[in-house]
Amino acid sequence: MRQRNSNIFKGLDWPLVVFYFLLVSLGWFSIYSASMNETHFEILDFSVKYGTQLLWILMSLILIIFTLFLDAKFYERFASLIYAFSILSLLGLFVFGKTISGATSWYVFSGASLQPSEFAKVATALALAKLLSDKNYNLKLVKNQIKAFFIIILPALIIIPQPDPGSALVFFSLIFVLYHEGLPKFFIGLGISIITLFFLALLINKLLLVAILTILTLLFYFIYKSKKTSLSSFLILLIVAVSYVYTVDYVFNHVFEQRHRDRINIIIGKVTDFQGIGYNTHQSEIAIGSGRFLGKGYLQGTQTQGNFVPQQHTDYIFSIVGEEFGFVGSTLVVLFFMGFILRILYVANRQKIKFSRVYGYSIATLFLIHFTINIGMVLGMIPTIGIPLPFFSYGGSSLWGFTLMLFIFIRLDANKFYEW
Amino acid sequence: MNNNNHLLRNLTVIISILFIMRLFYLQLIDKRYEQLSNNNAVKIKYDYPDRGYIFDRNNVLLVANQVSFDIMVIPGEVKTLDTLEFCNLTHITKETFINQIAKATIYSPRLPSVFLKQLSKEDFGALQEVLHKFSGFYIQRRILRNYPIKSAANVLGYISEINEDQLTRYPYYQQGELMGTSGIEYQYEKELRGIKGIQYIQHNRFNKAIGSYRNGAIDRKAIPGKDLVLTIDTELQQYAELLMQHKRGGIIAIEPSSGEILAMVTAPSYDPNILVGRERSKNFTGLYLDSINRPLFDRGLLAQYPPGSTFKLANALIGLQEKVITTETTFLCIHGYRYGKNKDAFMKCHCGVVNTPINLNLGIYRSCNSYFASVYRRVIEKYPTPTQGLDTWYNHLISLGFGNYLGSDLPIGKRGNIPNSDYYNKVYPSKNWRATTIISNAIGQGEVLSTPIQLANFTALIANRGYYFIPHIIKQIKDTIINKEFNIPHYSTIDKQNFEPIIQGMFDVFEKDGTARFSKLSDITICGKTGTAENFKRIHGKKYQFEDHSIFVAFAPKDHPKIAIAIFIENGGFGANLAAPMATLLIEKYLKRKSDRPALEQTIIDKDLTPLYQRQQLIEQQIAPKK
Repeated sequence: MRQRNSNIFKGLDWPLVVFYFLLVSLGWFSIYSASMNETHFEILDFSVKYGTQLLWILMSLILIIFTLFLDAKFYERFASLIYAFSILSLLGLFVFGKTISGATSWYVFSGASLQPSEFAKVATALALAKLLSDKNYNLKLVKNQIKAFFIIILPALIIIPQPDPGSALVFFSLIFVLYHEGLPKFFIGLGISIITLFFLALLINKLLLVAILTILTLLFYFIYKSKKTSLSSFLILLIVAVSYVYTVDYVFNHVFEQRHRDRINIIIGKVTDFQGIGYNTHQSEIAIGSGRFLGKGYLQGTQTQGNFVPQQHTDYIFSIVGEEFGFVGSTLVVLFFMGFILRILYVANRQKIKFSRVYGYSIATLFLIHFTINIGMVLGMIPTIGIPLPFFSYGGSSLWGFTLMLFIFIRLDANKFYEW
Repeated sequence: MNNNNHLLRNLTVIISILFIMRLFYLQLIDKRYEQLSNNNAVKIKYDYPDRGYIFDRNNVLLVANQVSFDIMVIPGEVKTLDTLEFCNLTHITKETFINQIAKATIYSPRLPSVFLKQLSKEDFGALQEVLHKFSGFYIQRRILRNYPIKSAANVLGYISEINEDQLTRYPYYQQGELMGTSGIEYQYEKELRGIKGIQYIQHNRFNKAIGSYRNGAIDRKAIPGKDLVLTIDTELQQYAELLMQHKRGGIIAIEPSSGEILAMVTAPSYDPNILVGRERSKNFTGLYLDSINRPLFDRGLLAQYPPGSTFKLANALIGLQEKVITTETTFLCIHGYRYGKNKDAFMKCHCGVVNTPINLNLGIYRSCNSYFASVYRRVIEKYPTPTQGLDTWYNHLISLGFGNYLGSDLPIGKRGNIPNSDYYNKVYPSKNWRATTIISNAIGQGEVLSTPIQLANFTALIANRGYYFIPHIIKQIKDTIINKEFNIPHYSTIDKQNFEPIIQGMFDVFEKDGTARFSKLSDITICGKTGTAENFKRIHGKKYQFEDHSIFVAFAPKDHPKIAIAIFIENGGFGANLAAPMATLLIEKYLKRKSDRPALEQTIIDKDLTPLYQRQQLIEQQIAPKK
């Protein structure tokens, strides 16, 4: 036991650790720039955002030590329990949660606030890894598929009504992990159908859509009629599709808030953006664009037009990199993230134990989706979806969530010299 | 592991490349932001368009705009300045200056906050020229409201600064902007506010504006708000508010043929102009904390009262529809109605008609409790179980517009309460309630509650002989089609022919020896019904009785009705005393555009119920002191 602990440091994947500290530091410098002003520039000033972020970073160091100290098997053994606990913590929000900025996503106690959905991401990755790592777990069997989907979708469903559809979206990315582990290709088609049907449900008159679906179902039945498939299974499919259409409509109009509807309506072209919903993105583009090649210089971005980017310390933090460090700086950060994610994939690939490998893919996917959506939004390539940029965006819960996510994996990997 | 091995890896690389390409475009190719790199500051200036005007149904201007100027500050840009000079120019103390800067910095050092609201014209004149000396400060032009007619405060609502929570929910707005908070201003905020214009203006190193950025290519023009035309008749509204002075209650008047609300009055109310400008916050707090008068509580829409004898009309309709009575069915009244063997199981009645059989017509115009207790009982006992009976009764009432929201375009409302079997099963867990247990519902007491607008709507339904249009307050929005829902008639479960006897009874309330005979008008055929609702409070188990509430519903003229009205006056006494004559004055004013009975008018105006309210409050405080 003693030997194992001291060898842990030998087993740690140092590139990943370096990436972590690199990204966290760059992130902190960006937040410093976003939140400092002439009257507040002391580093340890906790009344300002960069001060609190520093505090959280220091506390996450403790979290790291704790995570590395625990036995690797702990994570596999307690994955289900951790998952169950995180689901409970999400449900508890409906009773005990506080509403901040229009979403009931927070627990608040003695001045500190915690967002359980950030931790649910880790928990779900663990649970998924546990499920898929069972010996001979075959994703071609329907009952196994259902279990896997259930684990992924359950937290998402609880998070959507907060309302926070952005965070819920993140969970669906884990479907990529399922493909990797053998989910039949049929589901790609299914996934595309679900997304298409979602947008169609919002664009076309519902009754018309139902009529079209009915005709299509009958058509497919007659074409693919065989001994194996009966009319009833097609009808069931039709009913499911129709209920989905109505559910989408209901959720869109009664669960999503106006700002969500506005954003979606702008993508699908239903509404021309006169309201300034795209205003945030526009400001962000201006800020980034104004950085040119080398940027305006650290802390120099505050004096100009760019200071009108709202939410700059959270969702739009990357715009500061763009403005102050220009093309050179932004590209570097992009490459750092890319390198980080590729490293996770590389390390995941060499895992001998399935649990660690699947967990590795899961977190790589989660990091990738956050990276893609956040920077995509800041660059104006995809619509506004409020998701943090890992290690950069201001916020204790997201920082700790991602730290845990990463270091659990580093811990699992560190066991590579020992058989379980 | 299989062929998807490289999927994630490839995706990561592709996405990163796409990002780098996009960065390349934004930062190196797109010339739009070129000039920003020259350290020329580009500032955003918002241009707030005219907020939509609000007119009444006759195009009388109810709400107009006035321009106001705020001083805005961006703390991050404030450099050392001559505080003394600044404070002198703006007439504030140095303390205020420091506090305001601190507040703004906490909100955001980089985004504008309101530093000083609503400059006086003189200050604006003096500051306009020199403000550029003070880096970080600028003047923002805003639109405030102005109310030429000092009434209908509850209808119109008001606008106020947006708060933190709203700022997140509605990204359109900036800090310091004004948004409709109640009434029409709130309900039709989107239409009224238009779309603010955005101008990008270039400033040089000395913070002086030197021109439009990129010649205004990415500017956005302001789109003015849309004017609204309301269904309100200002003359009627003002008159009703005048009659209701020194009294508390609500009045709703509807045009039956369209559901348009002609007047919507709550008393006491306030002059809408006090919620405009610098004093707004202070005045609002005053109104809000007035827990005795509650001027912000719109009684017409929100107050749930027992409807009293006016409810008998509903029971009459149901009785006819269920065929448990005909127009000729009679009952006897022995100064009351005995509904049980117990000594106390006796419902008193003051109709004064003893020893004569009372039919429907007489029952209505003399408002006989015994008659309606009998009818109600028959309806419930017609069915095998009280549950079925009551629920049938309940369904009729729902179709008559009671017990639920009406679906109007008013932002607030209450359901009222019509009890059904589920309700009583909860109240009486042994579930052995019968018609006689709940007999008070027959005369509009008991568990029945309604709001004045529900009563007015019900009256309109009777006037139409069987249907209503959803009461609404918007008549027209410029360039927009109004909700078609308001054009659909909602039919009740009562057949058309059953309305005539009720209407005749309501007419006879004035004509014959009816309860409102002293308020009869010679030249208008009014149909109405008095109501008197018991006003008691149960404190520590004891029943404390105060003056009854005065209710009256009416429509006129009897044929081709033009107005339906419901009046509720707290502590007003018998319906005939106060509410009935008031109703006739209002109807007269609306139909003839003048009042022919100045003496009566003056009496009503002068009637001051404040001593009664104070007395009730005093007694309540003594028995159950509120902390």
